[in-house]
Amino acid sequence: MTTQSTHTPAHTLFKVLPGAEGAAVTNVAIWFNDQPLTVPGGRSVAAALLAAGVSRFRATPVSGAPRAPFCMMGACFDCLVEIDGVPSSQACMVEVKAGMRIRSQEGARDLPPVSFADAPMENAHGR
Amino acid sequence: MAADFASEFASEAVDVVVVGAGPAGMSAATRAARAGLKTVLIDEQDAVGGQIYRAIGRADARRKEILGPDYAAGAALAEAFAASGARHLTNATVWQVTRERGVNYLKDGKIGSFDAQRVILASGALERPFPIPGWTLPGVLTAGAAQILLKSAGEVPAAPPVLAGCGPLLYLLGWQYVRAGVPIRALVDTTRHEDRWRAKRHMFAALRAWPFLSKGLQLIRTLRDAGVPIFEAADDLRVEGRIGSDQVERAAALHFTSHGKAHRIEADVILLHQGVVPNTQFTQALRAAHRWDNAQLCFTPKVDAWGELDVPGIFIAGDGAGIGGAQAAALQGTLAGLAVAAQLGALTAATRDAEAVEPRRALAGVMRIRPFLDSLYRPRDINRIPRDETVVCRCEEVTAGELRQFVELGCVGPNQAKSFGRCGMGPCQGRMCGLTVTEVIADARRVSPAEVGYYRIRPPIKPLTLGELAGE
Amino acid sequence: MTLTSTAASADKLADVVVVGGGLVGSAVAYGLAREGARVTVLDEDDGGFRASRGNFGLVWIQGKGYGLSPYARWSRSSATRWPQLAQALQQESGIDVALKQPGGFHFCFNDDELAEREKRLSTLRAELGDYPYQMLDAAEVRARIPQVGPAVIGASYTPMDGHVNPLKLLRALHTAMQARGVKLVSGERAARIEAQGHGFVVHGKRGTYRAAKVVLAAGLGNRTLAPFVGLHAPVAPNRGQVLVSERVAPFLHYPTLNVRQTDEGSVQFGDSMEEVGFDDFTTTHVLADIARRGVRAFPMLQHVRLVRMWAALRVYSPDGFPIYDQSEAHPGAFVVTCHSGVTLAAAHALRVAPWIMGAAMPDELPTFSAQRFEHARELISAH
Repeated sequence: MTTQSTHTPAHTLFKVLPGAEGAAVTNVAIWFNDQPLTVPGGRSVAAALLAAGVSRFRATPVSGAPRAPFCMMGACFDCLVEIDGVPSSQACMVEVKAGMRIRSQEGARDLPPVSFADAPMENAHGR
Repeated sequence: MAADFASEFASEAVDVVVVGAGPAGMSAATRAARAGLKTVLIDEQDAVGGQIYRAIGRADARRKEILGPDYAAGAALAEAFAASGARHLTNATVWQVTRERGVNYLKDGKIGSFDAQRVILASGALERPFPIPGWTLPGVLTAGAAQILLKSAGEVPAAPPVLAGCGPLLYLLGWQYVRAGVPIRALVDTTRHEDRWRAKRHMFAALRAWPFLSKGLQLIRTLRDAGVPIFEAADDLRVEGRIGSDQVERAAALHFTSHGKAHRIEADVILLHQGVVPNTQFTQALRAAHRWDNAQLCFTPKVDAWGELDVPGIFIAGDGAGIGGAQAAALQGTLAGLAVAAQLGALTAATRDAEAVEPRRALAGVMRIRPFLDSLYRPRDINRIPRDETVVCRCEEVTAGELRQFVELGCVGPNQAKSFGRCGMGPCQGRMCGLTVTEVIADARRVSPAEVGYYRIRPPIKPLTLGELAGE
Repeated sequence: MTLTSTAASADKLADVVVVGGGLVGSAVAYGLAREGARVTVLDEDDGGFRASRGNFGLVWIQGKGYGLSPYARWSRSSATRWPQLAQALQQESGIDVALKQPGGFHFCFNDDELAEREKRLSTLRAELGDYPYQMLDAAEVRARIPQVGPAVIGASYTPMDGHVNPLKLLRALHTAMQARGVKLVSGERAARIEAQGHGFVVHGKRGTYRAAKVVLAAGLGNRTLAPFVGLHAPVAPNRGQVLVSERVAPFLHYPTLNVRQTDEGSVQFGDSMEEVGFDDFTTTHVLADIARRGVRAFPMLQHVRLVRMWAALRVYSPDGFPIYDQSEAHPGAFVVTCHSGVTLAAAHALRVAPWIMGAAMPDELPTFSAQRFEHARELISAH
């Protein structure tokens, strides 16, 4: 599993161009796989995570192979992550917001636990 | 009934729905709205521009300078659209266009529907698949993805990337990086000498489009002058992966041969590009007639001179009708808008024809260089019809070798391949593998891609949830 | 792969030409090969309607044959032989078709549905004797399938039901049959059939094929082919629409009539029926209905993403039951058609194929002769 912290980008593939914006980039604080992460704001979740050192977004359901954004335009579906409890979100199509809880998608998506009291259910991945 | 819906879903009647807010869509919607038609431009992003003019509305002077003058031209289109009176429906994902001109979309978790008199599709192009070993590793992206990161987020590779493939967009990206001060590890050009030689056949026509040609040469000269290592006639491309300290394998280097010599260039960002192809998801789902274009090596929808498909009342403009670039797209959008306005009685045929003269002339001029470009930047066979071990279907991880086994088993086309091995059944709905699968099967069967055909594309063109469809 | 015959090469001729390489044709062909026959299968283009690509994968018994109990027996006989078929296919093709027969559920959403269900199944039990089933109330359903929603007030359950991966099944049949020497001619379409002396000649667009016997397993195509050999196959398209979700971590271990989770994790929703001719386009209102039923059955699936919607044409006889016939005018010509090609695959391979090769006719089969439609016509005109 990728371990992330706010100060050591582990595998930073992309960076924000210095001076590219008229004003300074505003950072936002989010969570990635339950770790706090500071990312640049005002962009897609995919762009934000890439600039903050995340380079593994999911494991494929077929073989568990690691994947990261490929097309950045919503066509390849390789950037799927779970955003605020919603799995299979295309990170390149969603704008990053402060406080977002993002998790890498490990294989096939989980279902939410059943909410009514008389039907206890164990989540398939035991989480 | 134009839109097939349960009574819970109200379908809004409009004159024209334009799908996609790139140059073709903006132009088409502008022209239709100016003719007085009730026009809706629907797009999944929050601002106009499509991919080529992405984020044009909020690009500052510095960004525009990096991206170049062609990008800045998009601003004029955006302004004209904003003033046209057309309605702009943003963050709305069209998941179905029916033959009866119903347009079903999803916005804010709710589905909606238009009942349109005419539909103009302007959903643009996709990167051509570039299947090489290792292309699914983290760190490998398309040149288009890199441009989107630059345009919409001002982001560039953290360490010097390798750019590999062929085609003007690849060199343009390199040029944009140089202007932004991003060092490039290498440009690995797969264009072959035979391609240059073959392209010379079209040189005469190309010379009439000298402005485009000289721009292309200037891009490459800028790269050379900036000291970017350029490798030519590159073959045998392969991405090498390395397992990091977190046990995750990522891209680490690009292997290739050039002029007989083997090379290994280290990079953790490898940007691939070998041209763009029409996005045919909507037109295939409509069962519109398509033809195989052997110059552009893709399927293009059959259209008349105004862009109308063989499905009555549905038009297509821009790269989705055949790759022509942003300027051609804008001109085709105007023509489709004119045609639709005349069909709906908002313009006389005479006015339509008179107004079409200049765009047609300009379009012919812009398209003149296409045969030359298509010939020069024809992607190599091995990069379209890869070796057995290469993953072809990224979603379901089906390799070219497995696909060839299906053919041996009697599979004659892509839909049987889907059925036999799930190839093409993943969430991308064939966008990343469709052309590859058609060509691998055609090559294995020794028939033309036209005979093999393409995936049967079905809605939803973009996924929606069970609850959204149920109307929850 | 054209076989054109001359007298000199008669010993190289096929024993049987099977027209149609879908689930029915390939199950029959596989069975024929097991009987030692030399078989040629003619299969059409990639773009054909192909009911085999559009099915749910159920091996379903409960409720079938209401009004024609031999169909219940016939279906059951296939379900009991299915494990044998699955094992043989695994051994011969290396492909595991993911057969699971844990029993199946038919959910009910109101008391009327529950009552109707009870009536149907109890009638079948009365006619057949051995017909295990249970009527369950909401709590009993939930005890077995915890994720079921509060709208489900009960269900019928039979241990006889199951499901399989129909695409893997087709692939396994094709692999296994070819491993046994069956010749598959792809991209071929039969245009007409001649009865000639002691055999038949099938004229296709790519070539001609001769054999002592011919089996029509061409689905909707049987309608126009049957008269060539003195048979009657009044089949018509019946459209079913299906929703398919992305892969989901395994949660549903039983097949249900309208919702099942495949071995790959995707969830399928379906079972609509429409008579709209040769139209395999989807329609939003039917799919929205299927989605609503799906959400009512499994509320926690509402956020699951749908990645595919398709429609396929079932091959439907006028009463919905199969047609099995040997031509009286031209013995050796057979028609085999049904809309449950998955459920009946084992019967087709293991009971129909031997009959085609000369074994005794399975005793359920005479009921399914197309002559039953002629009798119906006579009845109608008598009024």
